[in-house]
Amino acid sequence: MPKAHLKVWRGDDSGQYVEYDVEYEEGMVVLDVVHRLQATQAGDLAIRWNCKAGKCGSCSAEINGKPKLQCMTRMGTFIDGETITIAPLKTFPIIRDLVTDVSWNYRVAETMPELKLSGPDASGHRRMQQIDIDREQEFRKCIECYICQDVCHVIRDHPENQGNFAGPRFFVQLANVAMHPLDQNPKSATVAHGFGLDYCNITKCCTDVCPEGIHITDNAIIPLKERRVDEYYDPIRAIGRKLFGKK
Amino acid sequence: MADIETHEYDVLVIGAGGAGLRAAVEASALGARTGLVCKSLLGKAHTVMAEGGIAAAMGNVYSEDNWQVHFRDTMRGGKMLNNWRMAQIHAQEAPDRVKELEEWGALFDRTPDGRILQRDFGGHRYARLAHVGDRTGLEMIRTLQQHAVHRGIEVHQECTVNRLLKDGDRISGALGYWRESGRMVLFRAKAVVIATGGLGKVYSITSNSWEGTGDGHSLAMQAGADMIDMEFVQFHPTGMVWPPSVRGLLVTEGVRGDGGTLKNTSGERFMFNYIPPMFAAETADTEAEADRWYDDKVNARRTPDLLPRDEVARAINSEVKAGRGTAHGGVFLDIASRRSADYIKRRLPSMYHQFMQLAGVDITKEPMEIGPTAHYAMGGVRVDAETAASTVPGLYAAGEVAGGMHGSNRLGGNSLSDLVVFGRRAGESAAKYALGLTGQPSVDQGAIAERSASILKPFEGGQENPYTLHRELQECMHVNVGIIRTDSEMRQALVKIAELKDRLSRVQVEGHIQYNTGWHLALDMEHMLCVSEAITMAAIERKESRGGHTRDDFPSTSGEFSQVNVVVRLRGSAVSVAQEPLPVMPDELKKLFEE
Amino acid sequence: MAQATDIQRRYGKTQRVDRWWIEPALFGGGLLAFVIYSTVSALILGNSWHFEAGPYLSPFFEPLIKPGWVPEWISPAVFILWAPLGFRTTCYYYRRTYYRSFFMSPPGCAVTEPAKSYSGESKFPFILQNAHRLFLYVALVFIPILWYGALKAFWLDGEGLGVGVGSLILTANAFLLMMYTLSCHSLRHLIGGGLDCFSCSNYTRTRRKAWDILSLANEHHKGWAWASLISVGLADLYVHLVANGVLTDLNTWSNF
Ligand SMILES: Cc1cc2nc3c(=O)[nH]c(=O)nc-3n(C[C@H](O)[C@H](O)[C@H](O)COP(=O)(O)OP(=O)(O)OC[C@H]3O[C@@H](n4cnc5c(N)ncnc54)[C@H](O)[C@@H]3O)c2cc1C
Ligand code: SF4
Ligand code: SF4
Ligand code: FES
Ligand code: FES
Repeated sequence: MPKAHLKVWRGDDSGQYVEYDVEYEEGMVVLDVVHRLQATQAGDLAIRWNCKAGKCGSCSAEINGKPKLQCMTRMGTFIDGETITIAPLKTFPIIRDLVTDVSWNYRVAETMPELKLSGPDASGHRRMQQIDIDREQEFRKCIECYICQDVCHVIRDHPENQGNFAGPRFFVQLANVAMHPLDQNPKSATVAHGFGLDYCNITKCCTDVCPEGIHITDNAIIPLKERRVDEYYDPIRAIGRKLFGKK
Repeated sequence: MADIETHEYDVLVIGAGGAGLRAAVEASALGARTGLVCKSLLGKAHTVMAEGGIAAAMGNVYSEDNWQVHFRDTMRGGKMLNNWRMAQIHAQEAPDRVKELEEWGALFDRTPDGRILQRDFGGHRYARLAHVGDRTGLEMIRTLQQHAVHRGIEVHQECTVNRLLKDGDRISGALGYWRESGRMVLFRAKAVVIATGGLGKVYSITSNSWEGTGDGHSLAMQAGADMIDMEFVQFHPTGMVWPPSVRGLLVTEGVRGDGGTLKNTSGERFMFNYIPPMFAAETADTEAEADRWYDDKVNARRTPDLLPRDEVARAINSEVKAGRGTAHGGVFLDIASRRSADYIKRRLPSMYHQFMQLAGVDITKEPMEIGPTAHYAMGGVRVDAETAASTVPGLYAAGEVAGGMHGSNRLGGNSLSDLVVFGRRAGESAAKYALGLTGQPSVDQGAIAERSASILKPFEGGQENPYTLHRELQECMHVNVGIIRTDSEMRQALVKIAELKDRLSRVQVEGHIQYNTGWHLALDMEHMLCVSEAITMAAIERKESRGGHTRDDFPSTSGEFSQVNVVVRLRGSAVSVAQEPLPVMPDELKKLFEE
Repeated sequence: MAQATDIQRRYGKTQRVDRWWIEPALFGGGLLAFVIYSTVSALILGNSWHFEAGPYLSPFFEPLIKPGWVPEWISPAVFILWAPLGFRTTCYYYRRTYYRSFFMSPPGCAVTEPAKSYSGESKFPFILQNAHRLFLYVALVFIPILWYGALKAFWLDGEGLGVGVGSLILTANAFLLMMYTLSCHSLRHLIGGGLDCFSCSNYTRTRRKAWDILSLANEHHKGWAWASLISVGLADLYVHLVANGVLTDLNTWSNF
């Protein structure tokens, strides 16, 4: 059986990397190897996981410096004998080992606007066509792994921005509300509020790392920025609004 | 222990899956101070993994569909052992609950006229599952979660409840610990709703996550609640079998609903050889008719690939035993040769992803290798159909942890609907009960102090490794109380469980109390042993084969056992079993089964 | 064993083991090369380096604006270049590239950036990026102008219709510039992205179809951006080289 050489962060903020050799079999993912490490050499190693299938977004970590899901990173992607460094998400305070305190995200979630849909028609159905919602369904694929939040330099390198900036995961949610065909929220609650959208400089790291392949920047953030331009920065639209009344 | 962190609620909901979230939303809407506790982070509960869809007779695709047909399908799928009233309420209320999810933001796939699209699933006569590709559970939990956070419900994440507390006969709260710090926390509550999900983790091949350790089943038993149908464990016919690290991971039934078929190694569609008499009248017996059925439900009969799960799981088991299985002990599930690559990627995106990423298999080109995996517990807390109340005053149960709704076998898609239908009812009755009480019931400080101390025992020394104990239990249950059971093997299992209980008292965990997964597992083991014993005792008691309970020594159904539930109770440390008659179905509903 | 300092925030600090710096270096270098070349060719050399050869006019000078009162040392390109310059500077794709390569904000994903504080595009000067919409309107006007220049390159005064390497280059260039503009995020938004309901009327259904097409183009906005950048530089260089007698244009005309 081949052996993997792991370097795993142990402890809290003042912890350190500890190196382990763990046997693995073909077809395993990093999470399997970490589990084996836990069952054989490090019984108290703290990790989060649930589904082992890339569906719950629990097992996020930084593997060789790249934020990823441990359960979707196959051992086959490493060169034989390569040291595999596994670290906790660096944007969030470490609790212990690979577990971080992601509660900031849950606090931001509470500030997000709630969908307010118009009522059903006479037959009791809310009619929506597939073409009206396929764009939205992409946003709803989000598994809340917070990998995009972790990689976003706006908060990763400048934690002081956490108060003004919701982060890519929540821009995706905001886009979901803003583009919903039946949503009745006023613009002031969504696009116009912005939730710190202007801090994003569309450098696209969030899109690069999203395990669900959501085109966060192209399909959520830039369209939201464009909607803000509609509101505030497009003189031709402004003249149109003056001439033909508010639209 | 005066200094223990304490929270006080009218209603405490344990579990934040579909059932728990829906219960909490309802309780708080009725004005009850509501708290919600979950072992993982919010939104990570098992419900997030559900793929195929949520069953509701909305009749959007086939207008012939209605609650009576859904009710009948559910009862027949459960081999008539279901609590008929629960099955009826479920079939009647599911469409409203689905529309409510839509109102709260869920975006189901659409029909051409803009209504909610429904898909075919095993055991459902008509296309009935509202769905979002193959990630319906994610849609459901995210919708409920986003709705709940705006309702002022206090959520305690990564907090594990370890004991229920009582004041005399009635519930008075729960005692738990924070996973992060290892410190104890006390929840005083007038009513408690358990919505802790399943127990798949007592088996070695399972679709369940680490959370599925049967905590709620065990907590309720310890609190004195009756359990029913514990012998019925659903093995989902299609779990991944290769590579080893993903063994057990679920392959949605949607694959078959969308045209995939099961084949053995000689390429034969073997399900045609396993059509049981009960379903013969409505199952296609030629490949041509089965293939026609996908587009014409009215004139063709359904393909046997979509028989209820217990039938399919047993069939696969027999094929593999007869030597017609793959090298890895599974059979083939083939959609590649039957549907276009485009169609597969659009209808089953996460299956495509899952096989590509984890097994290196392109399901648009090759067949999948699959085999049965422990999936769902039909059994659970015995509840009143209308109110979801257990036999303990103030204790309610909803979702997978509740028993009765699904009888001996659950139909796919009937769980997600169960969660919201009975989650809402549990939340409502718990709130009404709690608001009707004056004063907070008292908690037994002595018991709390005792438990707070004993919970730390695994740090004190011993020699047993919790991971090893767990693996031994899983292997024992899988071999002896798995898909096919016999009396002698199950008695061996009881002996092993007793041995493991003894060894658990000498368990040793290393390291720090903070976020110590080894310690958490040691504490969960207690629950797993408790439910394993309950499953085994109930399975020994039921001397017949039915649904998710198949016995080699009693291979057919028995008239005698068709009239009873096996009830399991814990008194002190002794588990007892009893046969008690099923609730009797009124005549007008009986008529539905006469055609 | 590595120490705790590994997670300190220091410039360029990263645990990444791949060569993450290649991409920003390459793209940054490419951009820089273009900026230097175009400044020299269009602004510094200007009138002193011939930019017209037969029917060909360098795209940096299209349309040619040369009022008499402007002194000879000022390049006529200044009347034109502000538009594409503004358009590209505020383009979402180029912003991404130069923020990463030039401002190191961030230098790479999960690579610590040097700046102490950060306000992104919420304050001056970067808030001006919102003018992209305006530049888009101008760029749309430029599409027919560039096509006019390309078609003109098939017509030599005195001889009439013909074709040369230069006309083909200018046509390809007009096409690439058009595709770059059509794949613009802002245009995609104007055409359909700004709608919430696509199915509500025939008009919105048509806009959805247009949006689908633009979305396809938009997925490759980066590709169009580079292809058109390179083509416009090459076209300019080609015309200059022909105009200054360094190269001879292969064509069907007898007297170029
Ligand atoms: C892979 C997969 C696919 C499925 N697909 C479908 C499908 O397509 N359609 C369908 O209808 N059904 C499906 N099911 C079944 C269905 O998803 C589950 O039965 C259902 O989600 C259970 O929901 P629940 O609310 O009862 O509990 P869960 O969602 O399991 O949630 C349990 C909650 O209880 C908490 N908890 C547990 N123990 C404790 C404790 N001691 N203290 C505190 N909190 C605790 C957990 O943290 C969690 O929040 C599927 C199941 C799986 C595994
Ligand atoms: S594109 Fe914006 S939101 Fe995404 S990582 Fe970059 S700065 Fe953050
Ligand atoms: S948007 Fe993608 S990366 Fe971000 S939390 Fe959701 S799934 Fe994870
Ligand atoms: S464990 Fe669920 S995403 Fe990795
Ligand atoms: S986004 Fe690049 S040109 Fe508009």
